[in-house]
Amino acid sequence: MWFEEHIYLIVLIPFIGSFINGLNSFLGNRMPKRWVGWIACGAVFIPLLISIRGLFYLRSLPPADRAIESIVYTWIEVGNVHLDAGFLFDQLSCVMALVVTGVGFLIHVYSIGYMGHDSGYSRYFSYMNLFTFSMLLLVLGNNLLLMFVGWEGVGLCSYLLIGFWFDHKPNAVAGMKAFIVNRIGDFGFLIGILLLFVSLGLKGHWTLTFSELSEHSYLLGRGGVVTAIALCLFVGATGKSAQIPLYTWLPDAMAGPTPVSALIHAATMVTAGVYMIARMNFIYTASPAALAVVATVGAVTALYAGSIGLAQNDIKRVLAYSTVSQLGYMFLGVGVAAYAAGIFHLMTHAFFKGLLFLGAGSVIHAMSNRQDMREMGGLRSPLRVTYITFMTATLAIVGIFPFAGFFSKDEILWKTWASGHYGLWVIGFIGAGVTAFYMFRLVALTFFGKNRADAETQHHIHESPKVMLWPLVILAVLSFVGGWIGIPKGLGGNDAFHHWLEPVFSHASHEPGGEDLHATFSASGESFVATLPDADASHDTAADGLIAPVEEARAAIGSSELETQHGGAHNGDAEDHGLERFFAVISVLWVILCGFLGFRFYTKRIDIVNRLKGIAGGLIHRVIENKYYVDEIYQAAFVDNLLRTVKGCGIFDNLVIDGLVNGTAFFTKIFSFVTGLFDNSFIDGLVNAVANIVTATGQRLRVIQSGQIQGYLYFVFSITVLIICLKWLL
Amino acid sequence: MVSHILSWLIFFPLIGAAIVAIVPRHQHNLIRWISAGATALPLALAIKVFVSFDRTTSGFQFVERTEWIRAFNIHYYLGIDGVSVTMVLLTALLCFLCIFASWGITKGVKGFFVLFLLLDTGMMGVFCALDFFLFYVFWEVMLLPMYFLIGIWGGPRREYAAIKFFLYTLLGSVLMLLVMLAFYFFSRDPLTGKHTFDLVLLQQQNVHIGPLTSMTLRNVCWIALYIGFAIKVPVFPFHTWLPDAHVEAPTPISVILAGILLKMGTYGILRISYPLLPDATRHFALFLAVMGMINIIYGALCAMAQKDVKRLVAYSSISHMGFVLLGMSSFTSEGINGAVLQMFNHGTITAMLFLIVGVIYDRAHHRDIEGFGGLAHQMPRYSVITAIAFFAALGLPGLSGFISEALVFIGAFQTYRMLTIVSAIGVVLTAGYILWTMQRMFLGSLKEKYKALPEINGRELFTLVPLAVIVFFVGVYPMPVLNLIKTSLDHLNKLVTGG
Repeated sequence: MWFEEHIYLIVLIPFIGSFINGLNSFLGNRMPKRWVGWIACGAVFIPLLISIRGLFYLRSLPPADRAIESIVYTWIEVGNVHLDAGFLFDQLSCVMALVVTGVGFLIHVYSIGYMGHDSGYSRYFSYMNLFTFSMLLLVLGNNLLLMFVGWEGVGLCSYLLIGFWFDHKPNAVAGMKAFIVNRIGDFGFLIGILLLFVSLGLKGHWTLTFSELSEHSYLLGRGGVVTAIALCLFVGATGKSAQIPLYTWLPDAMAGPTPVSALIHAATMVTAGVYMIARMNFIYTASPAALAVVATVGAVTALYAGSIGLAQNDIKRVLAYSTVSQLGYMFLGVGVAAYAAGIFHLMTHAFFKGLLFLGAGSVIHAMSNRQDMREMGGLRSPLRVTYITFMTATLAIVGIFPFAGFFSKDEILWKTWASGHYGLWVIGFIGAGVTAFYMFRLVALTFFGKNRADAETQHHIHESPKVMLWPLVILAVLSFVGGWIGIPKGLGGNDAFHHWLEPVFSHASHEPGGEDLHATFSASGESFVATLPDADASHDTAADGLIAPVEEARAAIGSSELETQHGGAHNGDAEDHGLERFFAVISVLWVILCGFLGFRFYTKRIDIVNRLKGIAGGLIHRVIENKYYVDEIYQAAFVDNLLRTVKGCGIFDNLVIDGLVNGTAFFTKIFSFVTGLFDNSFIDGLVNAVANIVTATGQRLRVIQSGQIQGYLYFVFSITVLIICLKWLL
Repeated sequence: MVSHILSWLIFFPLIGAAIVAIVPRHQHNLIRWISAGATALPLALAIKVFVSFDRTTSGFQFVERTEWIRAFNIHYYLGIDGVSVTMVLLTALLCFLCIFASWGITKGVKGFFVLFLLLDTGMMGVFCALDFFLFYVFWEVMLLPMYFLIGIWGGPRREYAAIKFFLYTLLGSVLMLLVMLAFYFFSRDPLTGKHTFDLVLLQQQNVHIGPLTSMTLRNVCWIALYIGFAIKVPVFPFHTWLPDAHVEAPTPISVILAGILLKMGTYGILRISYPLLPDATRHFALFLAVMGMINIIYGALCAMAQKDVKRLVAYSSISHMGFVLLGMSSFTSEGINGAVLQMFNHGTITAMLFLIVGVIYDRAHHRDIEGFGGLAHQMPRYSVITAIAFFAALGLPGLSGFISEALVFIGAFQTYRMLTIVSAIGVVLTAGYILWTMQRMFLGSLKEKYKALPEINGRELFTLVPLAVIVFFVGVYPMPVLNLIKTSLDHLNKLVTGG
């Protein structure tokens, strides 16, 4: 009970930590440095403990009741909108909270060493805690808008931390790029939220709360508006999780301190998109078209980003493209409706990719902040612990049995195959080989051969302090054993991870198939969920190790397209087991082969590499090395055009709109000048003219009245003569 | 017992102005402190209003009514409801803070504060008046001090800006005057049989008589009112006085201008156009929404084009006021509440932005965005405050701007789907120009000549921190403000939609 009432502490404590350290930084770093680190780590460690407690609490409940909602206060209540500041702690958010706080805690500890000499120490930890707060809000929020708050909050922290060393302009620009690209994604996300809210509202349920959404979303039917909603939300996911076409910010984001790359740009934030799709599974399951898009984008990104990773020389950039690629696998997983597999890979990836980045950080630390692998080499012996842990993570990401990555990645590929997406499977399979190649290339260049740095740097090479090594070791252990909680039945495990998550994804199954079907299911919603374990038991014999596809098939009662898709997956358990094992062996052999080649090429046979680079006149290599010129294309197509539009708008506003105003004023002035002139010269002129004429006439006539008698006589005489003449003439 | 709280709110600054007027002109500090006192009491009263405001009724509260000019049936009639209460709070708060932002003014101190307090009276009066004539009087009262405050204490092009502002607003006033007279002559109080300026009475459509019952005149009246108010908001294409006035005005006046005066436009539409001409309002709703969308997008694009940071903030105001138009034209509870909340939020956020620009202008004596860089090094505290204001302006969730924008979107999406989607692009553009400005001014390396720039001082922090706290608070817990406004707004919405 204590836990149910105190879920909010998981979110609140990191915020308090952030506030304290932020205030300390604001007031000029008066607090002792040691305290700053303690507060920051404590502010993540306590939520970790509470989450662990939550895990045990959930386990103590029957599977159907393992979703705790705790409302803190009413957040927005206007018209049809009723949103609470509330938290949802279920199996999925429990996993996420554990990953965020667990990996987050280790990275915080590591940062104490890594950032120890930085003048912005307190500011750094304030941002890190703020990130943890936002991320926990994202995964624990009980409604979509609250999730969006966390969603943008992590974006803010990402912005702040990428540009942490903001005196170097490219860092600041990279931060800005990350935020704006994410905003483009968020634009789609926002439209998706609006569309979902209003569409479901028009059906009588104005809600954005996950529990209610999953209960009522069946009303939206399949396809159509659901597809639109799912795709809009997915646009947001491509931004946050760096998928095609919005992935370009992530490699640049490596400008931030390396622990930031580990926490935000590898382990947690970038996986938010995967989490979101898993959370909104009831929407995606109802839209096969949207799922197909998700899976395709994921698979293509996995291969595409991996291929760029082949030709990068910056150690962090290789890992960044690797992250994009691995995120692609997660999307492939959720895209074939194997949500649990996607989340599973999310978790193991958090372990090994976090470790890879921290290891890279240790290497960079040792190499006096050099990141170019061409200057590294032979670090195997001086950096013993770093090397061993890094190697563990490499084996995990490559997918060697029995490391964590093997189980999760292999499962995604298997589910892809089993659900009939053979083409995507091929892409994913090739991608796995690419992963092995670039990872072993990285290892070869960094840890093997001779060190290629200058003497000065070589002289300074040293293993990192203990505070940085312990997190490496713990993560290495997790990278090794982390996959064992999800060993599929086909490989002799019990698939605990999937059973754990299953209830979260199974409520998708009472949705399709029309209203009447729903009525029978949801009228007894709870009892239905309660019977799930039994349902599993019956299905276990039918399709061992195929929980997700089976679920989906169950979900697709009345939906023929899905049933035909999965038709192949029901051919009996023995064959499936055999096939699954066969695929596992094949993929392990395949990655060993690729890994070996990568290693061999970059240690002994650099000549082959050079020959490969020379193919087609070096064109291919150049294109890949320059990331397919996508940044340049975006710049030309979008940024430049936008700036042109902006400039045009500014000129238009100044010249045309304001010109109209000033023009009106100007013409009024001209007009008034003309009327003034008219008034002065014509109207007044007329008046004056009359006066002038009178005066002039008078003046002329005055001449006559001279007072001289002979003048008058002369005048009289002339007139008389004139009259006589006229009379005679007429 | 009749409460005179609104009268005190309106006229206490005027009393302050009178006292300042008799203080010797070189007693600068005395003048400043008297002014602070003259705005502090209204702030205290406003807080009292906030506390004792009845959230459950849609009617007018704190009503005062006395006959003023018997021959024309004009009343001194005051009262506030959910539409105006947030504006009253905002006015009281910003006027108080702006006194402290005016501390640095050394030229004609006495005149400045007298005019400022007079302006305060005018603004407060506009938000409290329930008699059309009284409303008009306050509207004009506010105009004159503003003209002088820009024209005397402004920047290099102050006279141009002041005249532009004055003439533009006057044009609007004339149109409003005509409509006011139309309402007066074409109305009859059923009880007394007299013509009336009573805004509450005029809401009853059966009071309207003669030509005012014809749709043509009603539409003409609506348009005339719209132009009058649109100039104030300002709505495209009547907006170009705004950047000029903002850039030339001294910092506190820019704050008042953007924080309060702009709201009078949308307030006027909600207080007069909506209830008095509900049918015409419905007729022009789509038009209003389109104008909102244009404001959002066009304002953001123009903001991005600016080189002067104060002009940029001015254009961002145009963009943000577009959300108000979009929200209120949706005729949904979410939209209209979001619109009024946005009026309040924009008032606090943009006030912060202008204060922030003022801080750097006082130090560097220019506002050229490209002329700065790396200020975060030299002025870390200033940068933190700026970051809060900037992120609030770009609608970051957790800060107040997000709540109102989200509500506007939710409301507008129900009525105008495509318009809302297009408007939402503004969210991306806003992030663009805000972050770009942030990067150019605050990040990167510090220029040599700014190595000695002093950090933000206590007085400046005092003006900014309360606003930052409000921005945070409303973002996290908006209900106290929403509860204040929603009963009246839902009522108004029903009134207009006839539901």
